[in-house]
Amino acid sequence: MTIQMTMDRERALPHKDRPAAPSRAGMEYRRTEPRAVRICIIALAVTFLAVFVVLPLVVVFAEALSKGILAYLAALSDPEALSAIRLTLLVAAISVGINLVFGLTAAWAITKFEFSGKTFLISLIDLPFSVSPVISGLIFVLLFGAQGFLGPWLQNHQLQVLFAVPGLVLATTFVTFPFVARALIPLMQELGTQEEEAAISLGASGLQTFFRVTLPNIKWGVLYGVLLCNARAMGEFGAVSVVSGHIRGETNTMPLLVEILYNEYQFVASFAIASLLAMLALITLIAKTILERHLDEGRLSHDD
Amino acid sequence: MAVAVRRSILPGFGLTMGLTLTWLSVIVLIPLAGLFLKTSELSLDQFWAIVSSRRTLSALKISFGLAFLAALVNLVMGTIVVWALVRYRFPGRRLLDAIVDVPFALPTAVAGVALSALFAEKGWLGAPLAAIGLKVAFTPVGIFIAMIFIGIPFVVRTVQPVLIELDPEIEEAATSLGANRWQTVTRVILPSLVPALLTGLALAFARAVGEYGSVIFIAGNLPNVSEIAPLLIVIRLSEFRYADATAIAVVMLVAAFLIIFVVNRLQRWAQTRALTH
Repeated sequence: MTIQMTMDRERALPHKDRPAAPSRAGMEYRRTEPRAVRICIIALAVTFLAVFVVLPLVVVFAEALSKGILAYLAALSDPEALSAIRLTLLVAAISVGINLVFGLTAAWAITKFEFSGKTFLISLIDLPFSVSPVISGLIFVLLFGAQGFLGPWLQNHQLQVLFAVPGLVLATTFVTFPFVARALIPLMQELGTQEEEAAISLGASGLQTFFRVTLPNIKWGVLYGVLLCNARAMGEFGAVSVVSGHIRGETNTMPLLVEILYNEYQFVASFAIASLLAMLALITLIAKTILERHLDEGRLSHDD
Repeated sequence: MAVAVRRSILPGFGLTMGLTLTWLSVIVLIPLAGLFLKTSELSLDQFWAIVSSRRTLSALKISFGLAFLAALVNLVMGTIVVWALVRYRFPGRRLLDAIVDVPFALPTAVAGVALSALFAEKGWLGAPLAAIGLKVAFTPVGIFIAMIFIGIPFVVRTVQPVLIELDPEIEEAATSLGANRWQTVTRVILPSLVPALLTGLALAFARAVGEYGSVIFIAGNLPNVSEIAPLLIVIRLSEFRYADATAIAVVMLVAAFLIIFVVNRLQRWAQTRALTH
């Protein structure tokens, strides 16, 4: 047990901090708690996460399948469900696209150059994370609503932003704004600028440098950011709820349809849609774990 | 801001910085500024009347009070989870580690209906709890439960890296100087985790204060009893009382900014501490 513990710990530690093995194995014994305490702590941790995280997940699938697989499939092939799925995919695709471009440009500007106010700029990018989802929707209602700053102008030009796809996209983009940039900034900071400088001084153009040198180095980071951004974009509820107007079959995304069906006591249908979103979350987590392993490997190979 | 201090041979500073500032302004800064502009249309008296009305005050009290309690629970349970994940090896540890992120990844509406079904009077957990006289769903307790759920990852993920990186030598030194295990943990290890613990607490608190989707299904949403502030904003909007909605939002936003400020301070504190150690 001690040996396995030591090996695992060594893998967890960055290798430069790894002390000599023999002294480690001896001390390891004293660095832990009595067996009874260990078991209590593990039991508490497992119980807490089982009750608060695993059970809610299980309930989603149990409720969705409570009337059998046929009722489940019928709920998912309902026209309203299908239109919600389509809308969710569309809104997420646009928002993720916008945030991908933004994330790449912001990370390039922030990590490849020195300028004053950098920390401030990063906190501005992080801002949407600390804004309540409802407020994220509200700000767009204040801008584009009938009583809003741009409302009358939009009405004169017959442009519909609120209660339509553009409003959903804006609110979703706001909420997911920091994801890609946040995934890339620390990664690109660590990679430095030497490789790009070498490419440029050898005569490569800026775009060539980006696509041939930078992008291969950060591809896992880009995927990581896109993955998390997409999960949040597809699952966003509060912000989207405020700007959607809940027009059936038109502006209901999947999370909004979950709410509507639930409030109408159509529990199987509601949990069926919810189960799709829960699967999205689980797939996202699995993919995230795999990507994190790639990112760690990349980091280690760069160190060596 | 847009002046490169050190000349770099890399191209694209003007372009990428320009695009970054444009995106940032269009999507984040201008819409947020609009909120404050809208509030400035209110006189101070009007603003105060909205914010200090009984229903608004109750909603703010419920959101902030329960969010703080939930963050405290997460502080304690998060520390226990981190300890188990970092210090012990047991079957299923990696799975447990991955599960911690579920509240991040699960859409809030899904969490909301799931918790509501789980804790409803006939639910898997609601039924046994009702048998001992504890009603969870459609009461403030339900809000508290949902806020615990949503805050789980914050304490764990901020403390975990710090505990992993903690220098084993200080612990060994404490032990060889005669401290027993309890003393080593409470006097040596926990104090060095304090900045991370407080950061996790603040982040979990901030998230729970603004939380909407996972709370409204289980809350019952009774004015003055189980109505959270974000829901009151939505209600005011649906009544076209924009000024009310905006005033509540400004209070919450200012609180959120204060929390970010505190978190930044905490992180700076953690860094200087790490340097002096």
